[in-house]
Formats: sequence, C-alpha cells, structure tokens
Amino acid sequence: MAKITMTVNGRQVSGVCDDRTLLVHFIRENLGLTGTHVGCDTSQCGACVVHMDGQSVKSCSILAAQAAGSAITTIEGLAQNGELHPVQAAFKAHHGLQCGFCTPGMVMTAVDMIRRHGSALDEAMVRAELEGNICRCTGYHNIVKAILAAAHEMGGVRQAAE
Amino acid sequence: MGVDGIGARVARKEDRRFLTGKGRYTDDMSVPGMKYAAFVRSPHAHATIAGIDATAARAMPGVIDVLDGRQLLADGIGNLICGWMIHSKDGSPMKMGAWRPLADKTVRYVGDAVAIVVADSVAEARDAAEAVVVDYEPLPVVTDPVQALADGQPQLHPEAANNLIFDWELGDAAAVDRALAAAAHVTELKIFNNRLSPNPMEPRATLGIYDAGDDHYTCYTTSQNPHLARLVMSAFYNVAPENKLRVIAPDVGGGFGSKIYIYPEEIVCLWASKRTGVPVKWTSDRTEAFLTDAHGRDHVSTVKMAFDAGNGITALKVDTIANLGAYMSLFSSCVPTYLYATLLSGQYDIPAIHANVRTVYTNTVPVDAYRGAGRPEATYLLERTMETAARELGLSPAELRRTNFVRSFPHQTPVIMNYDAGDYEASLDAAMAAADWSGFAARKAEAEGRGMKRGIGMSCYIEACGLAPSAAVGSLGAGVGLWESAEVKVNMVGTIEVMTGSHSHGQGHETTFAQLVADRLGLPIDSINIVHGDTDKVQMGMGTYGSRSGAVGMSALAKALDKVEAKAKKIAAHLMEADESDIVIEDGALKVAGTDKSVPWFQMALAAYTAHNLPPGLEPGLKESAFYDPANFTFPAGCYICEVEVDPETGRTTVIQFVAADDFGNIINPMIVEGQVHGGIAQGIGQALLEEVRYDDSGQLLTASYLDYAMPRAEDLPSFTVSTSNTPCPNNPLGVKGCGEAGAIGSPPALINAITDAIGNNQLTMPATAEKVWAAAQTGN
Ligand code: FES
Ligand code: FES
Repeated sequence: MAKITMTVNGRQVSGVCDDRTLLVHFIRENLGLTGTHVGCDTSQCGACVVHMDGQSVKSCSILAAQAAGSAITTIEGLAQNGELHPVQAAFKAHHGLQCGFCTPGMVMTAVDMIRRHGSALDEAMVRAELEGNICRCTGYHNIVKAILAAAHEMGGVRQAAE
Repeated sequence: MGVDGIGARVARKEDRRFLTGKGRYTDDMSVPGMKYAAFVRSPHAHATIAGIDATAARAMPGVIDVLDGRQLLADGIGNLICGWMIHSKDGSPMKMGAWRPLADKTVRYVGDAVAIVVADSVAEARDAAEAVVVDYEPLPVVTDPVQALADGQPQLHPEAANNLIFDWELGDAAAVDRALAAAAHVTELKIFNNRLSPNPMEPRATLGIYDAGDDHYTCYTTSQNPHLARLVMSAFYNVAPENKLRVIAPDVGGGFGSKIYIYPEEIVCLWASKRTGVPVKWTSDRTEAFLTDAHGRDHVSTVKMAFDAGNGITALKVDTIANLGAYMSLFSSCVPTYLYATLLSGQYDIPAIHANVRTVYTNTVPVDAYRGAGRPEATYLLERTMETAARELGLSPAELRRTNFVRSFPHQTPVIMNYDAGDYEASLDAAMAAADWSGFAARKAEAEGRGMKRGIGMSCYIEACGLAPSAAVGSLGAGVGLWESAEVKVNMVGTIEVMTGSHSHGQGHETTFAQLVADRLGLPIDSINIVHGDTDKVQMGMGTYGSRSGAVGMSALAKALDKVEAKAKKIAAHLMEADESDIVIEDGALKVAGTDKSVPWFQMALAAYTAHNLPPGLEPGLKESAFYDPANFTFPAGCYICEVEVDPETGRTTVIQFVAADDFGNIINPMIVEGQVHGGIAQGIGQALLEEVRYDDSGQLLTASYLDYAMPRAEDLPSFTVSTSNTPCPNNPLGVKGCGEAGAIGSPPALINAITDAIGNNQLTMPATAEKVWAAAQTGN
C-alpha cells in the first residue's frame, strides 16, 4: 500500500492504493474519473491515454506510484469553462465518434499529436500517429478528418495570436 | 422539414458526454457495498471435472465467497438456450447440448466458466481465482468443423452424433441438378469464411444487484437488447422473476452483434449477488473477451453456379459446413440458415437455388451473429463466384452482373425472400463512376512501371434487414416476435421524452430518433429526449441488431407520433373552436389551416394536463405508445469497388481506393449513415486482410490479445468514397431500409476480388495476409 499524491486536471489529489495499481485504475477507481477507459490488457488499444506532464501516455502501462508527483490531464480536464476543447469540438463536428468508448483516448492522443506537429499534420502523418489507438466503430475516416480540421484550426489560431 | 429534421446532418446530441468523459458505461457504475468478480476458466479445450477445491481461495485476503456449478445447479439456475429452432431435412429438431452457466461436469472450450470468485477488489478476486484447484481429466479435442463430422472424432455432446447439430436444406435440389447438367458453363469454387472476433472496444461487463429488502434484482449489462436479456434470464434461467428484474444497458461501447446474446457472466453475477448478499461487478479483460465473446463467421463451403449460353445464371448449388463452437449461443442457429441461405440469390435473378447447411460442434468458443450475420457469408460466396465466373467466361465483372440483375419488383427468389424495391444498376453505375473504372487500365500500367501489381474488384450485395416481421420469423423457427415498441410522453410544458425499445451502442439514436420527432412537430431538437436501454423505463423492446432500429424502431415511433398528433389536434381544435381536420402542426404550433389562428405546442400540452378545458370525454394527458410489426424485411443493396496495389516483393496489399454506393432508402441523418458505412467497411477490410481467430490442434486460442489478433488500425485503411441512392422502402412508413451492416457485407469480396485480379491467382483465402498473397503471387493461377 502506498499513499500517492499528484495533480489531476489542475487539482491536487491523493489516494491510497496497492503498489501494483496501474495509473488507469487509480484514476478510475480512486478518483472516480471514469472517462479514461480500459480496452485491452496489452497496451495496444489506447483507450486509456492521458497526459502526464504534458505528454500522452497509456495510463495502463505505468504504475500509479510512478505517476506520483506528476501533473495528469484526463479527458475530464480538457474542456475549459464548459467550452469544448477545439479537438473535442472537431470530433463532434466531423462525427469522429460512434460508441464513444475509444474517444477519450483518441482525443488525448490527438491533442498531443497536434501539439507536436501543429498544422503541419497531413493525412498520412495522422494515420501513422494513430498507431497506438484502436477504434472499432468509425473506420478512422472521420477521426482523421476531425484531427486534421482541429490541427488546422488550432494552427490558425496560433498564427493569428502570434 | 425543420433544420433538425429528417435528412439533415445534425451533429449528435450524445457526443458531448462521450467527448468530455461523462459517458456512463457498465464498468463505470459503482453502488454501495459493491464487490468484484473474477471467473475461474478452463485452461483445457475439453475435459471432465473430477473435483473443485476452493478451500485455499476462500482463505485469501478480501475473498467473500467462491461459488461453482454445483451450487448453481442446486439453486435451479437453468441452462443457456438457443432461441431459434431449426429442423434437419429429415424432420428431426436440432441437437441442443446442455450449456451450464458454470460447467459442473464437462468443459468444452478454453475459457468455459467453472467458478466465480467474489472479493473486495478485482486484483484479489483474480488472485483467488488462480488458487481455485480444479481437477480436470482432459479429453480429446477437435477444433476443425470438417474433421469434427468424421467418424471416430471426439464427441462434444451426447445428443449430437458426429457433432452434427443439424443438416438443413433450402431450395429445390432436383431443379438445381437438372440445370447443372444442362449448363453451358459451370463455375466451381471452394470458399472459406474466416472466424472473427467482434471486438467492440468496450469489453463486456455486468453488475448484478440483489436487493433483499424488496426481493428485487437489478442487472447493469453491456447489452444490445435489455428486454430480451430480462425475458431470457427470467423465463429460461430462473435467475429472477420478470417483474422483479430490472435490466439496464447504459452507454454501451459497441456491440456488432456480440452483445445481443446472454452470456454466463450476467446470469452468474446476478445469482451470486443473491448468494453473497453484495452487489457483484465483473468486467472482462481483453483476453477474456477473445476467449468468451461469441465469434463470427467460420464457414467452409463449396459452390457450383450454372450458366446458359447467354451467360444467364440458371442455378446455384451451395454446400456449407458452419462451425458453431462448443455450445449453441442464443441466435447461432438462424445465422447460417435463415440469415444466410435466404440471401444466396443476391441481386440476381436465379431460377433455382439449393443450399445445404450442416452445423457442427467443436471445442471452440460459441459462434453467433457478427455484424451482418449470415449475409456477409452469403455475399462473399456469391460475389467471389460471380467474379470467378466472369473471368472464366471472358466477360467484365460488371457485364456479367448486369446480365443477371433482378430488374422488376417485387421479385420472389427461390429461397424465401421477396425483394420489395431496388435499382441495382444505379448503384453499379454510381460506384463505377466514382471509382473511375474506365481509367483503371492506365493506372495499372503506371503501377506496373513502378513494379507494383494493381487490381480492381467489385461486389454487389443485398441484405435483408429490419429484422421482423414477427409472423414470418416465427414460421421460420424464431422463439420471439421481432416487432418494436415506442412511447412518446409529452410533458406538461411540451418537452418530449421518447422511450424506445431500440438500443443505441454507437448508432446515434438519441439524435436520429429526436430528428424524427423534431421533423413531425417542428420542435427544437433539444426539447426532445430519447430514453432507451432500461426495462423499468421503456415499456417493451427487442433491441438493436440486424439494422432494425430505423426500419422497425423508428417506425414504431412514427406510429406513436401519429397518435400523439391526433390527440393534440383534438385538444387544439377544441381550444380554437375549429374543426379537428383543419389543424396542422408546424413550427412548434398547432394552426388552423388557412387562418392566422394557432396555439403554441406548449400551450396545447399544458391544456392536456390542466384538463380544465378539454373536449368532452377526452382523457387528460398526452402520452401514447405503439408497437410496430412490419410486413416484410427491408432490402438495402449496393455496389462496392476496391482498388489495390500489391507489392510482389513482400505480398503487402495497399488499399488505394474504396468506393461504396449504397441504396438505403430514405435517410434520416446522412452524416450518421456515412459513419455507419465507414465503420462497416473497416470491419470488412479487417476480415479480408487482417483478422482471424485461430486455435491450435489442442484447442488453445492462439489469437487471445491485440498482439496476436490483427485489428485494423488507421494506417491499414484509406479514406472511403461513399454515396447513396435512395429507393424508398415501400414497407414502412419512413421508407428507410437500414445501413449498419452494409459495409461489413459488401467489402470483403470486393477486396479479395481486387487482390486476385492484381496477382492473377484466384486461390486466395481470407485474411489475405502478406505471406499468403506473396505465396499466391509466385504461382499465378
Ligand atoms: S487499455 Fe491501455 S492501451 Fe489498451
Ligand atoms: S467510437 Fe466506438 S470504438 Fe471508437
């Protein structure tokens, strides 16, 4: 048993869990943030992707204890003041989700992808970067469209701000 | 039509909660005192159980109890059932072997559940499950369905000699034999349809809650049809009386058929909750999903197609062996029979058809409906045969198809179906234009210059969906009726709640059903709520599968809306002292046609409930319900064209373009329909190129994780070109046909036809892995 403290979605949280507890289970069970999903047991599906200190990680692949002291963002922390994040808005506008189960992980992966590449992303890059996320519903077509649209918009916003 | 009405690309109402992590799936549910379950599963594909010792497991930290099949039997919990009776051609009923929710004497596949452990945490439950000692005496194993039928093979169930479940036929064997004998040309082919795992991204889960205070049961479950789950659990498994059992299927993360059935875990968790006195939650991990979710397809067939001198098809003869796994799952028997053989006429006018289907037990996980269910198997067989025949006859694949298309409707096939409407040539033309078929030769030449082999392939599919009507399915052996129900509750201030028996697990019903209401009443879509998935809220339902939600579920809603409108008009006419027949409903108001008199919708609703001034004798309130049972199936059809490049050095296939031209009848929300097609195509491409469930000879599952079972990823797929033509379905009030399965049905043959075209070798089985394609490309045909 270990007592773990970390910052999740901007709030300091702590909890007691087994040494073997994975970050995804800590987030879901201890913190009650069930937007982060578990879709596999081999780190293949990406349903569990969150951001740890600003970078996307599969929260099923690290121990909660390893994440102690870090800053975690989950899907619940993405929308600000009730406004969808541009990536969330693009998924909605382009019908990039159906059952919604892969969606939190997809969105978190997309946000990180866009952070790294911005509007330089093209379709081939998006498809390559989605290697770690599986969606069984959408055929990826609309997910790719949504990510490109969001990258464009966010790149545009950034340029306008500069 | 309002902006949110029928035909509009309305963004989905449900998306916000999914996008912000507020979806509520079964594994997200927690109730006070809840404990966690793990199942003890057989590591053997076939064995008898000599004994079970849970002493050590019971003593482990956090363990509440360990329960096995003996206690289950003692409590009178029934066997799992197959709900569709099929008779063999000799008249004998199918041979149903016993399937205990927890095996007590014999296990028949790796993963067969033997005991349940309930503990304080998932980890503790799993640790203790490892410590349950089961004394197995292994038996010989058979996994191959053809082999399983031979003499001297391991026998799975005493009822089924040689593991044969039924030997069924449809059509006129003598007529087919005569036509084959007289044919100018006969095309023969052997067809394998690979075994698949549906793999919805949300693993199955269930939370069983027994409330001793009220003697009441609640079951949260990942189900496509909660009412059917309740019916079966109460009427057949004796878990709880129907009136004391509430089944809730909340947000469900994809189903694709695999969540239609009732599985042992739902029954056992609910029972275990009563036995232990605590709510019991079980969530499958992915390996358990591969081991226990019903698989799909798995056919071995031979086909003969006869042609006359004018290239007209004169007969089709099909012999199929279908592997149903270790037990008969809920709908397993209807998939390779009435959902398969009845579609073997395809889009073609075939005078004589005969299909013989043998279903077989093997030591593998049960096989049941997976997206398309029977229709992909029929289409794959037929469209591979058409393509092969075209090559043998020296015709273009389009020409041979055109020669044989059904052109006048209604069209009665020799295998039960009566096609109501369609225009197959329109889809073919649309797909060929979109794919730039005529430019293919130049593209092929260009690819050859780069050392690549380019191929193009098509398939023309038809499916029967909108599963219903009840009398028809009943006469074919179904254990239930396949109507649908809807209830429309107009609240006192005019907002609306719709309770539908359809279930949404990705199809977007909360939006499309609301669009229909918005269209009819001219109300904003946000004033309409769609309620589904809860047997305590929804009057009755048969759930979602077989693309039935639009054609059957929304038609039920349309009927309920008729009643709501009729009563609303009565009230409005009374309020305005007008004639009821002069009232029209538009833009959220009830108007007297041709005048400027109107009452807003909300005011009429309020009047219905204040009941101060209603027409004499009219009941207060405004809430109407309807059941809808259609007259026929609906028949979506379309043409898919795929173009590939094969690298002869590596055998790797790249899908260059994929074109779908579908006829879905009228369309409620084109955005959602396109999304359904995309997803279906991806699953079809997955089947054709990547996916296959494989067992070794001892019955161990070799593909039990995403490391071993190749799911299509974004890089494996292109963007798709989709379009629709819309011949309205004459059999339902909305003219809709259904779109959920088309992509998975039409795409595998188009893709395999394209690869065989590219490599000049027709001997290729799915999945067309790089290794197989490379080997086939070396030999030519
Ligand atoms: S749950 Fe983390 S990758 Fe699948
Ligand atoms: S939306 Fe269902 S898995 Fe992606």
